[in-house]
Amino acid sequence: MRRVRYLPWLYAGPTLLLLILFLVYPSLDTVRLSLLGPNSETFVALENYKYAFTTNEMWTAFRNNAVWLILFTVVTVAGGLIIAVLLDRVKYEPVAKSLIFLPQAISFVGAGVIWKFVYDYNPNVGLLNAILTGLFPNADPVGWLVNSNVATYALITTGIWMWTGFAMVILSAAVKDVPQEIMESARIDGANEWQLFWRITVPYIGSTIAVVTTTMIINVLKVFDLVYVMTAGRYQTNVIANQMYKELYINRQNGRASAISVILLVAIIPVMLFNIRRFQEQEAMR
Amino acid sequence: MRTRNIKMVVSLLMMVAVLVTACGPMATEAPPEPTATVAPVMKEFEGQTVSVIATWGGDEQESFMAMVAPWEERTGASVEYEGTRDLNAVLTTRTSGGNPPDIAGLPGPAVLEQFASDGHLVDLSTFMDMNTLRQQYDQSWLDLASFNGGLYGLFTKVAVKSLIWYNPQAFEAAGYTIPETWDELIALSDQIVADGTTPWCVGLESGAASGWPGTDWIEDIMLRTAGPEVYDQWRMHEIPWTDSAVRNAWETWGTIVGNAEYLNGGTTGVLATNFGESPYPMFQDPPGCYLHRQATFIEGFITDQFPDLEAETDYNYFAFPPIEGDGMPILSAGDLFGMFNDTPAARSLIEWLASAEAQEIWARRGGFISPNRNVSADVYPNPLIGQAAELLTMADTVRFDASDLMPTAVNDAFWSGILDYVENPANLDGILQTIEATASEAYGE
Repeated sequence: MRRVRYLPWLYAGPTLLLLILFLVYPSLDTVRLSLLGPNSETFVALENYKYAFTTNEMWTAFRNNAVWLILFTVVTVAGGLIIAVLLDRVKYEPVAKSLIFLPQAISFVGAGVIWKFVYDYNPNVGLLNAILTGLFPNADPVGWLVNSNVATYALITTGIWMWTGFAMVILSAAVKDVPQEIMESARIDGANEWQLFWRITVPYIGSTIAVVTTTMIINVLKVFDLVYVMTAGRYQTNVIANQMYKELYINRQNGRASAISVILLVAIIPVMLFNIRRFQEQEAMR
Repeated sequence: MRTRNIKMVVSLLMMVAVLVTACGPMATEAPPEPTATVAPVMKEFEGQTVSVIATWGGDEQESFMAMVAPWEERTGASVEYEGTRDLNAVLTTRTSGGNPPDIAGLPGPAVLEQFASDGHLVDLSTFMDMNTLRQQYDQSWLDLASFNGGLYGLFTKVAVKSLIWYNPQAFEAAGYTIPETWDELIALSDQIVADGTTPWCVGLESGAASGWPGTDWIEDIMLRTAGPEVYDQWRMHEIPWTDSAVRNAWETWGTIVGNAEYLNGGTTGVLATNFGESPYPMFQDPPGCYLHRQATFIEGFITDQFPDLEAETDYNYFAFPPIEGDGMPILSAGDLFGMFNDTPAARSLIEWLASAEAQEIWARRGGFISPNRNVSADVYPNPLIGQAAELLTMADTVRFDASDLMPTAVNDAFWSGILDYVENPANLDGILQTIEATASEAYGE
């Protein structure tokens, strides 16, 4: 037995090495860079963090990320769950599920381009404005992506379109896992479908809901591509990741960009830890 | 015992395989040496490639490739072109990763200066014949590309920006005449509104660079209301963005973009319409608008969409009229080539691109004004471009696009400010303060 003690390290070694090289080291280096100036030469202490928490642009980004966080997460998880439960009872389930899952096969950039057309201001191009002006001939088309009041919501809708299918597939698998015996006995005891859903299905798949929710939260904190492709962060749609990109490539502020990414990382870590803990508990239960 | 050994061997092998795979790219990192000349009559750079990166796509990319084709033919080398809309990010990544392209087509002197001051660009005066260059190029073009005593860029494709395009047929049908002052321009706009149509087509959408067409407006107006001296002070940030001269230029523009009746598609139409597509309504029947302010290169967008239109009879332009006094300053802009890797083939390509012979190729294909004096006016596909080139050489005052000369952070804030202003003109003070905050920091460094 003694001889194989190093074997786990042998298996895990290469992965560990790669993780340290490509994940741990860059993360630590980012923290170091976030304390340095624009050219990563002078030490500026916490100046970059002060900047990140005091400028208007960053507050817009924080606010938008918060809106994304709430709307996107709630709608994808709740929507995915409702669809999963409802489709569980129909014959055409596989077809419907495939259709809803389909957007997952499209890249963020592809989805961004598609929805840019859907939202186009010109009713001859934009589907939404075509419907709008078709139904109400007197209505003016809406600048979905250029009106600061609606642009962020337009982007979030695209995100929801892409990710509801993902939530649905995972939750659907969990829903099918709920033992029919429990459902049957509850029905015999006189529970209605509404009670079945809230008292049995939801508690039974609670850990899956938690995992899907945390995955969505991590997704949404990192959102970048859709915003970059569809509005480039203009019209008050900026998010944290886009501001980081802008500081790095346009403003050439290495320090600020690093500080923003550290803030993003710190925001994601608790969610990640929670996710891992839930996962471990789940594993332990099996 | 035996199986355990086998397991160990297998795991060791797997580890080695993973490591080897991980190190793969490193092992091949050393570039292959250029193959030695074997055949006696081989061309100078046979088999070599020169990588070029720029923002051109579509027609412009084809024109660029046509421009380098004779050089490829002559030297045996080939040009590997990559077009990107996000040039700054790609170049920053590649230069800091130690893998820059050999040559890049840069959209303005500010970007050039950035890479030059970081030490990424090659000083062209080290190998080019400066006397020949001075004979062929106006000193101002060379000065715009010179920093710290070195020449880091070469203008090849320039544009004249102070133009207002119109549809002569529609003008004639409605009985409109070409305005000669700003007041006449506004009077004409009012007349068009009174006649029940819309005077202006403005489009500001341009992906990540949305807003830039508005900066040209501000610059043209600023040149006319505040004069070239104040214009220079403004672009070098010697006066703040909150200065009354700057504010006045924005407000003057506001008489057009702040008036929804003037604009095809209204305010939202201005924000949502792509700059390239924005002049299209001018050629509809009945015309969706009568006036469109844009640089020479918009001609390419018009003729692509409406191939049957004839220059001068179906579309034409007049110079942006004077606002105060009678000065007719001309706003120009241009793309320049910078060289990141000093290789013999890249040197040779830069020398070719600088030549009148090369530039005539693109000039003949349209959408291109050459700054090279030896390029004859006859090569332009129609008289409009030749006349624009003439405007540039004859004007008393020529100024380069200020936003292209500003630090990229300021330029970006300028673009954003344009969009914010069109959406909410009442917020002008806040917009100018925001740009000023970015500027005072960017110039302070």
